[in-house]
Amino acid sequence: MSEEILLDVRHLTHVFPLTKKIAVKAVDDVSFQLRRGEIFGLVGESGSGKSTAARCVMNIYRPYGGSILYKGIDTCDPRAFRANRRMLQTTRQLIFQDSNSSLNQRMTVCDIISEPLKLQKITPPRGSLRAEAEFQMYYVGLDAGCLDKYPAELSGGQRQRVAIARALAMEPELLVADEPVASLDVSIQAQIVNLFKHLQQEHGFSFLFIAHDLAMVEFLCDRVGVMYRGRLVETAPTAELFAHPRHPYTQALLSAIPVPDPRRERNRRLLEFHGESLSLAGALAEVSPQHFVLQEEA
Amino acid sequence: MSELLEVKNLSVSFFTPAGEVQAVRDVSFSLRAGEVLAVVGESGCGKSVLCKSIMKLLPQTSKIKSGSITVNGADITAYRERDMHKLRGKLFSMVFQDPMTALNPTMSIGAQIGEAVRVHQPRLSGPALRERVAELMTLVGIQNPKERMALYPYNFSGGMRQRSVMAIALAGNPSILFADEPTTALDVTVQAQILDLLRDLQQRLGTATVFVTHDLGVVARVADRVAVMYAGKIVETGTAEEIFYDPRHPYTWGLLRALPALNRGRDSLYTIPGMPPSLLHPPAGDAFACRNAYALAIDYEEEPPMFPITDTHYAATWLLDKRAPAIEPPVGGGGYV
Repeated sequence: MSEEILLDVRHLTHVFPLTKKIAVKAVDDVSFQLRRGEIFGLVGESGSGKSTAARCVMNIYRPYGGSILYKGIDTCDPRAFRANRRMLQTTRQLIFQDSNSSLNQRMTVCDIISEPLKLQKITPPRGSLRAEAEFQMYYVGLDAGCLDKYPAELSGGQRQRVAIARALAMEPELLVADEPVASLDVSIQAQIVNLFKHLQQEHGFSFLFIAHDLAMVEFLCDRVGVMYRGRLVETAPTAELFAHPRHPYTQALLSAIPVPDPRRERNRRLLEFHGESLSLAGALAEVSPQHFVLQEEA
Repeated sequence: MSELLEVKNLSVSFFTPAGEVQAVRDVSFSLRAGEVLAVVGESGCGKSVLCKSIMKLLPQTSKIKSGSITVNGADITAYRERDMHKLRGKLFSMVFQDPMTALNPTMSIGAQIGEAVRVHQPRLSGPALRERVAELMTLVGIQNPKERMALYPYNFSGGMRQRSVMAIALAGNPSILFADEPTTALDVTVQAQILDLLRDLQQRLGTATVFVTHDLGVVARVADRVAVMYAGKIVETGTAEEIFYDPRHPYTWGLLRALPALNRGRDSLYTIPGMPPSLLHPPAGDAFACRNAYALAIDYEEEPPMFPITDTHYAATWLLDKRAPAIEPPVGGGGYV
């Protein structure tokens, strides 16, 4: 892992207007940095704004406030975006949760994987688009026999691999994975997570990994940020966060991880967390090296 | 405790244009009153089909080929739709995986729960009905039920929706509740709450629960007994302690080893190689043999019978035969984490 900062999210805020008077603050003053070759995990319950943050990073939503610097380029600034459009569109890729709906049912696997190359008008480095698709399939551990199949003929784990192969076809530097394993079986989850780990260690990809399954996050990520009601409440290296959670929400979240041990599990009490009492105002403060916790304002 | 539900040698097949799919093959189990049985396995191994075949909710293309289902001493295998209609909701009911598709988006939560109540008590109406709905909502842990009755599913969070679905399922005071992956669509904190609710309901109402899941990790908290299914068969069954501390079947080992909690400090997660077999033409011998690192030659030829280990613990693997070589199990023995 290098010290180079690939993605720098500064004071990101996004608001969804419901009516003229009411608006939902989905992401509220979130700042984090992702170094090159690092897997940064973003965890939190559903509705905490992790997906919105990811979509802002990918320029799907235009943030309401704050800035996102990717390799030093402000992606939220339309002029800077236009000047670097090709680089920004090819080197950042997104993997969605539900591979069933994110793959076109009427295209073959070969077409799906080579479509980004066609769209960007890139000459396939390995001769033909088909050879390129075959190479990517091999990369993610799929058999070349699947090339002419349709997504419906594949199993959930295979489909998710096709979605990953499509993202890798552009040889990206940053992969944003929005709950990529949430809809898969435990044994398939393990395969996909192993694949991510392999891509990071052998090929130096950087990941923004969004999940609600903390056990997977603990296994995969280098650093973790915990989101609650749009705020980033705690961020720390994984081992530090799991050993010394400081924020009450993080503690409640960690206590909810199921333990595969019936006797201990039955006697374990879950920590209750009542977020209503928290104002969530205040700023992140460093409590130990690299470990930041949101301080409550009195 | 008496046997509430007894399934003997049940086989269910789907007749498709491609041929016969043997979704459930020769499954036997029993469920006592007030007990939680967890059915665990990968997707496509017949867990949901097993539940739906007991409730007779399967499509026309399927057929119970053999076996018997006995509930409270009455054999319901040959019951027709009219007879089943009287049992559903009262004797057993079901909670489905995705609460958003199980609820009607155009009806208020109170109206949907009330509808289920009135199926069982048609005379109930007005304030008495509202009272019963509020009682059910309180039972599943929805606070301020009187105000929330008028809300619609989209106003509710995923956990609250799943609680509402459970209130509907409990409307007829069923003695058996089938929960088909009730926590898969929910996140960790809500999942823990729903699991606690299931356990709590079972203790307060004495409802026997069949809990279907693909994640062995969540089973430890709720289950009294565990049945591991693979390719339409139960390959290992025992109490939760026996399955977690002394697993015997290689497939159970694989499921346990794939959990990230047991891979701490390791470089990669353990995965079970290969894919579950197609049930269109199940392989000869043990269906798990080709994915099994511990497979013996006989696994490819003959299906293993259920070997008893204790009175409650059974496993179908040739490794338990007295002629088999002794193998050190890769997991088990407790002392995790």
